[in-house]
Amino acid sequence: MSNKLSARFAGLAISGLMASTMFSAASAEETIKVGILHSLSGTMAISETTLKDAMLMLIEEQNKKGGVLGKKLEAVVVDPASDWPLFAEKARELIEVNEVSAVFGCWTSVSRKSVLPVFEELNSLLFYPVQYEGEESQRNVFYTGAAPNQQAIPAVDYLMNEEGVERWVLAGTDYVYPRTTNKILEAYLKAKGVAEEDIMINYTPFGHSDWQTIVSDIKAFGSAGKKTAVVSTINGDANVPFYKELGNAGIKAEDIPVVAFSVGEEELAGLDTAPLVGHLAAWNYFQSADTDANAEFIETWQAFIGDENRVTNDPMEAHYIGFNMWVEAVEKAGTTDPDAVIDAIVGVSVPNLTGGYSAMMPNHHITKPVLIGEIQEDGQFETVWETSGLVVGDAWSDYLEGSKDLISDWRAPLSCGNFNTATGKCGGSGS
Amino acid sequence: MTLLRSFHLTSLCLAVGLLFISMLVVSPEVRAQQDVESLRPLVNALAKGKFKETEKQIGDLAATGDPVVAPALEALGDGDLYVRKSDNQVFIAKKSGSGYALSDPLTLEPAGEAGRRDVSKIKVNNSLRRVIRSALGSLTLMAPDPQVRKSAAEAVFKAKDPDAIESLEAAIGKEVEDDVRLVMEQARAAAILNSDRGDPDKLEAIGTLEAMGNRDALSLLIGLQDSSEGELQAAAQAAVTRINKNLALWDNAQNIWYGVSLGSVLLLAAIGLAITFGVMGVINMAHGEMVMIGAYVTFVVQELIRSSAPGLFEYSLFIALPLAFLVSGAIGVAVERGIIRWLYGRPLETLLATWGLSLILQQAVRSIFGPTNREVGNPDWMSGAFELGQLTITYNRMWIIVFALLVFAGLMLVLKKTPFGLFTRAVTQNRRMAASMGIRTPWIDALTFGLGSGIAGIAGVALSQIDNVSPNLGQGYIIDSFMVVVFGGVGNLWGTLVGAMTLGVVNKFLEPYAGAVLGKIFVLVFIILFIQKRPRGLFALKGRAVEA
Repeated sequence: MSNKLSARFAGLAISGLMASTMFSAASAEETIKVGILHSLSGTMAISETTLKDAMLMLIEEQNKKGGVLGKKLEAVVVDPASDWPLFAEKARELIEVNEVSAVFGCWTSVSRKSVLPVFEELNSLLFYPVQYEGEESQRNVFYTGAAPNQQAIPAVDYLMNEEGVERWVLAGTDYVYPRTTNKILEAYLKAKGVAEEDIMINYTPFGHSDWQTIVSDIKAFGSAGKKTAVVSTINGDANVPFYKELGNAGIKAEDIPVVAFSVGEEELAGLDTAPLVGHLAAWNYFQSADTDANAEFIETWQAFIGDENRVTNDPMEAHYIGFNMWVEAVEKAGTTDPDAVIDAIVGVSVPNLTGGYSAMMPNHHITKPVLIGEIQEDGQFETVWETSGLVVGDAWSDYLEGSKDLISDWRAPLSCGNFNTATGKCGGSGS
Repeated sequence: MTLLRSFHLTSLCLAVGLLFISMLVVSPEVRAQQDVESLRPLVNALAKGKFKETEKQIGDLAATGDPVVAPALEALGDGDLYVRKSDNQVFIAKKSGSGYALSDPLTLEPAGEAGRRDVSKIKVNNSLRRVIRSALGSLTLMAPDPQVRKSAAEAVFKAKDPDAIESLEAAIGKEVEDDVRLVMEQARAAAILNSDRGDPDKLEAIGTLEAMGNRDALSLLIGLQDSSEGELQAAAQAAVTRINKNLALWDNAQNIWYGVSLGSVLLLAAIGLAITFGVMGVINMAHGEMVMIGAYVTFVVQELIRSSAPGLFEYSLFIALPLAFLVSGAIGVAVERGIIRWLYGRPLETLLATWGLSLILQQAVRSIFGPTNREVGNPDWMSGAFELGQLTITYNRMWIIVFALLVFAGLMLVLKKTPFGLFTRAVTQNRRMAASMGIRTPWIDALTFGLGSGIAGIAGVALSQIDNVSPNLGQGYIIDSFMVVVFGGVGNLWGTLVGAMTLGVVNKFLEPYAGAVLGKIFVLVFIILFIQKRPRGLFALKGRAVEA
């Protein structure tokens, strides 16, 4: 009896398996799979869920236009749950089990670092949409967010030239992006003749919620008879209590402006921005950008998500650019084979949402305009300054010892992410 | 009276400012119509050119010295000044419906409506706002309302414009309110230091600023110290030293205040846990999520108020408090009945089960409300700050301290003076004896757990005012809460109070020296060492209760 039963079960299982493999074989012929690797639970879900939705929207829109190479695109969504080792596992699952052609994903630098070896080993493509600290260039990764020279340096230039700032508070959350960015900024400021005692560097733990001491320190630091500004690399959730404390303590943007690199429309959505008018952010895109492409993008997004108050932000634009670049490169190469796409994508240029074109450079970073915006009462940013042209993302900062001699060029014959121009060898500053 | 006034300082200021402006303008018999019209080209010019040109135009407008231009400048600073695209006329525009309601920038009379695309906003940036602030300051020094005069003087102080000295002196001569005159004199001193007046005037100004004694004065004096020489420099240096010495004393007071404030937040977060973990002995990892649910209740209440009864917004927190208590408390009772009662006496399983529960609750909230931050507004009485000596005390922190102490006192009262409190203590101290006395121990367990969770819920209402309301809210507090309860002594509410305050103050005294990251580590190390010495915390329970 029991033997019969188990035999029947086995038969069922086998036929089920066959059916599923047949099904997937059939669908593999028709669709190109695109992996989405963004946390949908855990601490980073707050930022990354939006990007997952944005990718689903872009894929849907592309399918309406007929897909890529005559095939429909199929999104494969996985949830790495804000857990860095799980990012690597899920990336492997996407590439090996689901056989995706490209992956769009990651937010934090540590999650990116965790998946790098996987993409290298399995030779697949990752599009990374968030502003980051630079000091990296990998053959399988395309950095569509800002490098420090596309965000931090222009922001500091703006404050120095337009606001006459002489004293600097560099405040950040204690992890790799703020630490590296602040190191670059400190070197840059010193190169511009700012004295050591006019720079105050301050780090806080993740999710820091009691900002009283730091805000009063900033106030004290600002009362030395020189114009003072705060450069904030404070990340994610910690920003809301920070800005609330600033507003309550009466620190006005006219007196001590705060320029932030991690605060966008999405972060301001949880805040009453009336006391914050005039504080700044540096990005490559603002929802307020007055172009037709942007108006269309916002309309599609709000219709897709079913909420006409939902905002757009810079990493979404980065995915928009990155996705369109990948589509164009695949069309150009005529295949989704990673090696062919990597060769084809360099030099591809697609419209961005601020009225220009962004191009993929040989160092796998892209060209972008840099915008400085002031926070408005309605939670949007108003652009008060922008670079006259596009800025090329620089993988290796010119202001750090050990990285200023490095360049990156993934085209043949150099094909190297960290070529040392001083020693003439590929392999970083070590050799 | 003074207390009441300071509460509504900002709104009062605004209202009175508007009143004053309208008073100025509604006097057509005094002001000839042509006179006003002669200013119109200057106002319309604001719409032309880039920031640099606008800055010059503002200067031209202010140079007329005519208070009638003040409303236009104020609107420009607030971002309410728009230019009509069809004829390049400038208007003050307020949102109404899908378009804007226009009014004349000089006469303030209504001037019709405009669609969203018909007008464009005149952009301003920080440096323009600064210029506008100082221009408005000089224009409104003689305003009829003392509050407006005072804020005008404060604006002139920040601008330290030597050209303003004359109008300041005229205003000082006419001023009747002592405190306003004081601010005007300080503004005059700041302007004099920035002018090319002789040393005697400047020495007197140094004296005025030293008496002021705050960071603004310090900033000016340090600037002077670097730029002057001889007697002036010596005087500035001496003043700087004295102010610094004074401020160092205030810094200590400030650290204590910040510490008490942080302590009250810790107390609020931990006090519910002091019941569920401290009194009942349940390791409740989902405690933070009860706090988070309380914060979301506040959000829902505010959303309902915004859509149906905007007038009640100022009272939204009071409406949210009982609701948060009930919602979190009900979830607490359900959790106790459904999960925890099967796990009494098995701490490891309780820990795992409640931790799993915390993940479930987080994800549930994320699915219902979305992963992004939700905006919980601060009522007016929770925003802003006031000065006490050289201390800046923010209202939200102050009320949270008061609230934390009230909750603590209320909870003490419930546990010590009510039959329910008696039953709770009886059950936790000797379950079998209590059962023999006819107490329905399972119900007391459920209600006690519900009480602890409910208290966590009302803590969430308070924390929604200083932290962001997201599904992760609770996670940030769970470690701190356990730390406070263990440090204070398990099973003792007084221990929780003293523990929270001690940790808060120690943290805030360490932070300026060690930084926020190291400060936190030092506090952890301190607690570990302390627990080695006194395993049962600050206030250890004695006697037979310990064995229960």
